[in-house]
Amino acid sequence: MWQWTPLRDVLSQWITPYWAAPLLLAVQIFMVMICLILVMAFYTLAERKIIGWIQARRGPNRVNLFWIPGLGQPFADVFKLIFKEILIPADSNQFLFRLAPFLALVPALAIWAVIPFAPEKVFANIDAGLLYILAMTSMGVYGIILAGWAANSKYAFLGAMRSAAQIVAYEIAMGFALVGVLMAARSLNIGDIIHAQSGGALSWNWFWLFPLLVVYFIAGVAETNRAPFDVAEGESEIVAGFHVDYSGMAFALFFIAEYVNMITVSALTVIFFFGGWLSPFQGYHLWGLLPDDALLAQPGFFWFGLKMLGPMFSFLWLRATFPRYRYDQIMRLGWKALIPVTLVWLLVEGVMVYCQVGPWKT
Amino acid sequence: MQGIRNFIKTYLLLDMFQGLWVTLKNMFRPKITINYPEEKTPQSARFRGLHALRRYPNGEERCIACKLCEAVCPALAITIESDVSNDGTRRTTRYDIDLFKCIYCGFCEEACPVDAIVETRLHEYHMEERGENIMSKDKLLAIGDRYEAMIAQDRAADAPYR
Repeated sequence: MWQWTPLRDVLSQWITPYWAAPLLLAVQIFMVMICLILVMAFYTLAERKIIGWIQARRGPNRVNLFWIPGLGQPFADVFKLIFKEILIPADSNQFLFRLAPFLALVPALAIWAVIPFAPEKVFANIDAGLLYILAMTSMGVYGIILAGWAANSKYAFLGAMRSAAQIVAYEIAMGFALVGVLMAARSLNIGDIIHAQSGGALSWNWFWLFPLLVVYFIAGVAETNRAPFDVAEGESEIVAGFHVDYSGMAFALFFIAEYVNMITVSALTVIFFFGGWLSPFQGYHLWGLLPDDALLAQPGFFWFGLKMLGPMFSFLWLRATFPRYRYDQIMRLGWKALIPVTLVWLLVEGVMVYCQVGPWKT
Repeated sequence: MQGIRNFIKTYLLLDMFQGLWVTLKNMFRPKITINYPEEKTPQSARFRGLHALRRYPNGEERCIACKLCEAVCPALAITIESDVSNDGTRRTTRYDIDLFKCIYCGFCEEACPVDAIVETRLHEYHMEERGENIMSKDKLLAIGDRYEAMIAQDRAADAPYR
């Protein structure tokens, strides 16, 4: 378990080690959650800015923070949402209606328990980490389905149904894509999956498993209900889909869950296909300029964060580029394009492993 | 053959990457939005905004209560009542424009034989209470007095094209 040593020393001075360990864990989890929510807040701003730039607009620039126009926009949004009334429809199932936002948010945050931020810096270094991630991403859809069901509105219900069918279709493609990663790493442990990719930028999985990377990312976009797969929200067809009856902070929880899920999928793309916290210069000496013990060649959180920006930008880029898929097109793409592609590439990978080609020389 | 080419094109996502390239290029284009309250787009001298009633340079009202504007108004936004004034001339006793009805077509301005009712280039105004949408004669004359220089300049700029 990852323990932040300065904090542990301070805590162990005040209380017994028996209580210090769980308290330290709780404090660390709280800090990571705060960082995650902050990243999510600025990610919403980045989305509005980047999509604005792509559409030759400026994006939000009225709320200043540290004299940077627009930087305070997420906080302005939060304050607005906090002060709004949370309406509960009269004919809804009140218990499920209140429960659904939490069911959407909690799995999104729980995934971060197994994500390593740097070597050995992980809350739960469990052996079945990959399975845990698959389970948690699937759990997120319960919040959406229950929200659509509990609101007792036809639009919300349609959105929930669409979301459920879509996640069933894309979960399979995603799972198969991860089987390829599994075959490359021969382990379900996230740390081992990253270690198996060590050796510089070209030995990461993206090079040998490129079709699986594409399939995984498309399935990830579909899984998070983002454009062009956002039929669950589909504001031009079914108003706002599953969260049409939510307002104020109840809506904000769905919003946070969606964006945290996007950040999570970005992190997982980096872990599975871009070597997690590994340095791209590892093993490359660059004519003696970069010895192996140089800072740039070392693995660390810096590389993890930097690489995550790529998929995170791609999410916004895709949203600004593509129109929403029609519902039957989504189903066709999921079942008749993505799954066959992954199966074919698993076969190719199996042959490569059998013939000892590429990184699978043992 | 065509089928195979389409198959390869589809699975390499060529069209998708083409679209992504277009949006990426557009991201670095100059932005066309204007920072509105600080910057403003240029305005024509013919801009049809808030109404005003003008006076002659000697302070006499231009309006002679001919009611042509009232007759021509397609939205029936203008209400005029007239009477003989102290100096024996025909004058309006009431000249109301309902801004909620007005469609800013400029017909009143065109119909006016004495250039009394005009539409200025003011467009940044608002109402805070009920009834403020009715522009009475006093309010219209006040706007005309305040912005007479601008109104005269706009009429002069447009005169060669009439």
